Amino acid sequence: MKVDRKNAASLGATGAFLLFCAWGVWLAHNDLANRAAGSYLGFVEEMLCVLPMMFLLIGVFDVWVPRDVVERHVGERAGPIAILWMVLLAMLQAGPLYGAFPVAAALWKKGCAARYVFIYLGAFSVMKLPMLSFEITFLGWRFSLVRLLFTLPVFITIGYIMGRSRTCIVQ
Amino acid sequence: MLAFNLIGLCILVACFALDRRKTVRSVRRGLTMFWKIAPEMSVVLVLISISLAFLTPAQLRQWLSADTPAHFATALVVGSIALIPGFIAFPLAGVLLKNGASVTLVAGFLTTLLMVGVVTLPMEVRYFGWRTALFRNGLSFVGAVAIALAMGRVL
Repeated sequence: MKVDRKNAASLGATGAFLLFCAWGVWLAHNDLANRAAGSYLGFVEEMLCVLPMMFLLIGVFDVWVPRDVVERHVGERAGPIAILWMVLLAMLQAGPLYGAFPVAAALWKKGCAARYVFIYLGAFSVMKLPMLSFEITFLGWRFSLVRLLFTLPVFITIGYIMGRSRTCIVQ
Repeated sequence: MLAFNLIGLCILVACFALDRRKTVRSVRRGLTMFWKIAPEMSVVLVLISISLAFLTPAQLRQWLSADTPAHFATALVVGSIALIPGFIAFPLAGVLLKNGASVTLVAGFLTTLLMVGVVTLPMEVRYFGWRTALFRNGLSFVGAVAIALAMGRVL
């Protein structure tokens, strides 16, 4: 890794946080630090469970899937059926939203239209299947269903607006 | 999680059987991408841990206890900033509803939580740039508020 200023800042912030946790957990027995350390371990575990495989699969997608296949199905000239593909792809995934950003970037690089990239992100954030089953357990199917009915048109609209507005995906 | 990793592993093994060199290239590319985003991801993990340390379920129950516009605004702000895992957020939302919180408030909290991510901005910006990331979050915020208000009308 190139240790430029930004990476140094990231590492510094992480290091400071870990020092704070170590101080709070072992020396000061600070409540806040205890909670922060506990959730940090949980998040690191969640990340390590999903993201390495996610990135390996993105690598496979990047090397194996031909660009014209992506363009034909979800490209600039693909019809609204592409929305269905994006929603299905998003629903079948698990993990935190930040795991979807690299997937979105990989789709974009392969020629997926911007509007569909953002529809994918929208679908990922609000209707992953593992999350829905959890939501239904605690809030009931009526709440979930109504939320989905209202959310679906909203994130599709957001996708179309983002697609029109000269968005760029760097990297 | 296990299913996801197993299916992924099967795909990798199948690819390896089909074309060894291509698969090695895929793996290398995936790991490089992972390595490149690692600094931002590390910061995001720290930020979500700190935010979660401040926002205990008890604290949130207190903040979201009444149905004034100020409480609704709090729900929206907290939902936007924090990244609270589903296994904490949904049970909490269930408790809030049972204790008589309005659907608008709870829906506002949940939709902003899901759609807007301030603490994950470092990663989003890395992939999309500031302009696009802020625009997406802004639009999502407006959308989340609209969804919450509409849900309050219906339920």
